[in-house]
Amino acid sequence: MYQAIVFLPLIGAIIAGFFGRWIGDRGAQLVTCSLLVVSALLSIIAFFDVALGHGGARIELFTWFDSGDFAASWALRIDTLTAVMLVVVTGVSSLVHIYSVGYMSHDTSIPRFMSYLSLFTFAMLMLVTADNFVQLFFGWEGVGLASYLLIGFWYKKPSANAAAIKAFLVNRVGDFGFALGIFAVFVVFGSLSFDTVFANAPEFVGRNFLFLGQQVDILTTICILLFIGAMGKSAQLGLHTWLPDAMEGPTPVSALIHAATMVTAGVFMVCRCSPLFELSPTALTFVTFIGATTAFFAATVGVAQNDIKRVIAYSTCSQLGYMFFAAGVSAYGAAIFHLFTHAFFKALLFLGAGSVIHAMSDEQDMRNMGGIRKMIPFTYVMMLVGTLALTGVPFFAGFYSKDMIIESAFAAHTDIGEYAFVLGVAAAFLTAFYSWRLIFMTFHGKPRASEAVIHHVHESPAVMTVPLAILAAGAVGAGYLFYDYFVGHHYEEFWRGSLYLAGENVLEAAHHVPLWVKLLPLVMSVSGFALAWALYIKAPDIPGRLAKMHEPIYKFLLNKWYFDEIYDFLLVRPAKYLGLVLWKKGDGETIDGFGPDGVSAVVLDLSRRARKLQSGYLYHYAFAMLIGVAAIATWFMVMGG
Amino acid sequence: MSNWPILSVITFLPLVGALFILLIRGEEEIVNRNARQVALWTTVITFILSLALWAGFDRTTAEFQFVEKSEWIAGAINYHMGVDGITVLFVLLTTLLMPICILASWEAITVRVREYMIAFLVLETLMIGVFCALDLVLFYLFFEGGLIPMFLIIGIWGGPRKIYSAFKFFLYTLLGSVLMLIAMIYMYWEAGTTDIPTLMTHQFDPDIQKWLWLAFFASFAVKMPMWPVHTWLPDAHVEAPTAGSVVLAGILLKMGGYGFLRFSLPMFPLASEYFATLIFVLSVIAVVYTSLVALMQEDMKKLIAYSSVAHMGFVTIGIFTFNQQGLEGSIIQMLSHGIVSGALFLCVGVVYDRIHSREISRYGGLVNRMPKYAFIFMVFTMAAVALPGTSGFIGEFLILAGAYKVNTWVAFGAATGMVLGAAYMLWLYRRVIFGELVREDLKTILDLSRREIWVFAPLILIVVWMGVYPASFTEFLHVSVENLMAQHDAVVTAARALPVEVAVTEVAQ
Repeated sequence: MYQAIVFLPLIGAIIAGFFGRWIGDRGAQLVTCSLLVVSALLSIIAFFDVALGHGGARIELFTWFDSGDFAASWALRIDTLTAVMLVVVTGVSSLVHIYSVGYMSHDTSIPRFMSYLSLFTFAMLMLVTADNFVQLFFGWEGVGLASYLLIGFWYKKPSANAAAIKAFLVNRVGDFGFALGIFAVFVVFGSLSFDTVFANAPEFVGRNFLFLGQQVDILTTICILLFIGAMGKSAQLGLHTWLPDAMEGPTPVSALIHAATMVTAGVFMVCRCSPLFELSPTALTFVTFIGATTAFFAATVGVAQNDIKRVIAYSTCSQLGYMFFAAGVSAYGAAIFHLFTHAFFKALLFLGAGSVIHAMSDEQDMRNMGGIRKMIPFTYVMMLVGTLALTGVPFFAGFYSKDMIIESAFAAHTDIGEYAFVLGVAAAFLTAFYSWRLIFMTFHGKPRASEAVIHHVHESPAVMTVPLAILAAGAVGAGYLFYDYFVGHHYEEFWRGSLYLAGENVLEAAHHVPLWVKLLPLVMSVSGFALAWALYIKAPDIPGRLAKMHEPIYKFLLNKWYFDEIYDFLLVRPAKYLGLVLWKKGDGETIDGFGPDGVSAVVLDLSRRARKLQSGYLYHYAFAMLIGVAAIATWFMVMGG
Repeated sequence: MSNWPILSVITFLPLVGALFILLIRGEEEIVNRNARQVALWTTVITFILSLALWAGFDRTTAEFQFVEKSEWIAGAINYHMGVDGITVLFVLLTTLLMPICILASWEAITVRVREYMIAFLVLETLMIGVFCALDLVLFYLFFEGGLIPMFLIIGIWGGPRKIYSAFKFFLYTLLGSVLMLIAMIYMYWEAGTTDIPTLMTHQFDPDIQKWLWLAFFASFAVKMPMWPVHTWLPDAHVEAPTAGSVVLAGILLKMGGYGFLRFSLPMFPLASEYFATLIFVLSVIAVVYTSLVALMQEDMKKLIAYSSVAHMGFVTIGIFTFNQQGLEGSIIQMLSHGIVSGALFLCVGVVYDRIHSREISRYGGLVNRMPKYAFIFMVFTMAAVALPGTSGFIGEFLILAGAYKVNTWVAFGAATGMVLGAAYMLWLYRRVIFGELVREDLKTILDLSRREIWVFAPLILIVVWMGVYPASFTEFLHVSVENLMAQHDAVVTAARALPVEVAVTEVAQ
């Protein structure tokens, strides 16, 4: 069964990709969607079996490579953590597949799109079922490839191609750290398999090894290196720049890859490696710091964006920050819980946004929207549900998971926990503000689009709205239904050791924080709503004036803290310049100049001189001989004398 | 089975084919057609015969297999052939790539077809000979002989600057070889034999080892090519015809790596240990330097040529880690690079045949007209950037793991190649394949023909096979590599122990 879950999408990808021309658009859609739905249904069975029914499995398929101790197998490891991820991945993926049938109906290469989606799903499933670090890396880079292909799906657009390359490269920078982390794991533990590494990790607490000429703590170094990979994949501060650009891809892709699944791979990895991270407080502090800072940073940027998809993209970035600092304060259950609920409501928001874009004839700028709630009421309601869940309104999914994270940060009672708590609360306010800003700018107020566009606004077909409804159900109920399992009473029997804890369960303490801590996120959410309402409904001319008054701040936020510009200046241009110099000056002038070209020039020069000597005149030769004889005679006279 | 001299048959069959072509008479049209057919069938049959090596090779021993030995010159020099786990796969790589090269030249070569095919068949004989020869003199003959057909292939069927490139190629490689020849003569004088297996166990004086090592290094470093003696490669590739580039990148470059594994490491273990740091420094420079240079190339073939230097940098790192991951990784990397870079040159050849330009800016938007080509190019691009699941990953990852064991700085420096490699390959792909199709003459460009698909299909198969189940390849290597390591370790530890013993006896006195 587990094999089927993982490999059905691959089969779908192969069929749609290679035989798309024969089976046609409809055939490709049918094959990929049905295989994915089967995979999703099996995943739900697996979830009940493993997470709720105490099952589990480890299936070894065959050896991948072995070179001395450096060995890994293709294997499927199914525990609760994996089962949760299976449901999230196949669930969202199958809905996105179905939604794409409608959304992409006007595209000219449908089989290719469906094939890429299924390929992505396969790689993601390999990632979450990995039993060793290298298979994890396989999935990790595989989803990167699929992401690259899908961001650049509309290959005629230069901006899409640039975004695709950027995504791949920034991820490669993260993977650079990740790979070094894997090598360190191998050299220290002599194994790559999770079980062996995790079992032996406690032996290495507090021990040092030599890394880049420094004596450093083994586990801290390994964890931070691995986490650098997570920062790339999950778009955390510093390596986040690819995610907003990735919105160049079709919207279903944004929903599946850049919101619900791939970007959460980093969170999954940290939770999977909790037996390592738990043993290094320094690494956890680092994770918390990066997570909390990202949560806040991305939220501030989200406030100033005008592209509907970019707002949601920064929101994703920010929510991923929440998940990381939850993991950083050892509240892994809360991190995965938020990953789980976030998958529903963020996919919902993205697909809803897609529905809006679809209705608005491919318009993405919110400044050209407004006042369309009456025309597409269903989409409007769906977006409202997503927003309520995201902003943590009671009884919606986000309320349970996000509040749990903020409370855990408080309950950790560490300096870094407080830092995360403060930024988390502030980000909650910003989240509510930008989310409602999005709703108000898009659906409320006066229509700002052209007459023709407004005339054309229409509700999406059922093939698009039904997936939205299913996701909406999740966005409403997923928090309430699964609270006890993920972070509540049934924590122990639900996770059954797939999340490791070294000390006290911080989630336990989080249930007993003071009332003001529990209420604070809600207060923030409401004030965010109030401010957005005041600025965008009550007095819509204020935001423009505010932006003018505080021009530098506005520019700073609008330009995303100038990360792209700084990287371009510090990295991209120097690399190109260096390449040019090394090529022209290094290879051309220096190596060839002193090497072959120089030597041949010298030889030519010498032979030219030698040629001049051979003038053909007898008296030249006679003269030379005479000088020679004179020289030899002198030589003998001097030496002999 | 073991009675018939299979290695000699594989080695010299192409030469027989070349003789056949020589005998063809008649109209030019007929000669050309027959020459192509004979060359193709000869290489295909050679490949099929070489599969006997795959089937019959004993994976459990480090001994040389399929050995043939007979007296040859003056009782001192023997005709001695054999393969072990390290070389058998290179022989197969050679026999596999040759029919592909012939197919790739099918329509591209129109002048002097007969001579061209003869050159390739002779080249095949010489290349297989290099990997099978177990006698220094025999090895040297094959090794140097290979220069001549390659020199001709570039010089006759090459591009506009073919003469400059051919001579640059020839001079560079010859200069290295002269030093190697001197070292070989010294070795014969010192050990009294030219038999390679005997020499592998002969212990040369540690100080002499360094000089011999350097002499061999001069030759292998040029062949590899290592920084800073790499500048002949981009020029040679750019001017060579497509199939010439494939052989050059696919097989000739591997001779440097093979040389290190067969000569430098086992015969001069102490010197290898001594010079390992030098190799690491040069290799890391090669990886970073040539990757950056590759980034700025405007010519497709030059870009891939520079990327070859970077990939070979990985190989030299792996070899001089002296551990199993590094050594096996470097062999896998060489095999993988042979396939992948060969295929990338074929990809360039496909569009070059149609448009007659290698300028990157000359292309753009090819995917609109050539989806099959775009797919195939993508597969090999991904293999070149070492995506897990392709052959490139296994080699690179093993090498980096091996390097990390020895020195984290080396692993760190080489791993930057992961990022830079992705940068130049993806940028190349984007500029050639993606985008709007604007140029008029590209609007009628044709996708891959059936013949071209057949050229690529086996290569894709192997790239994925080697990436998903590399065990079928590494099982050849294990015992031979372990044996190599064991010998190396034994010598090195003995040498380390020696001064201590001397010190102890001195104290005792």
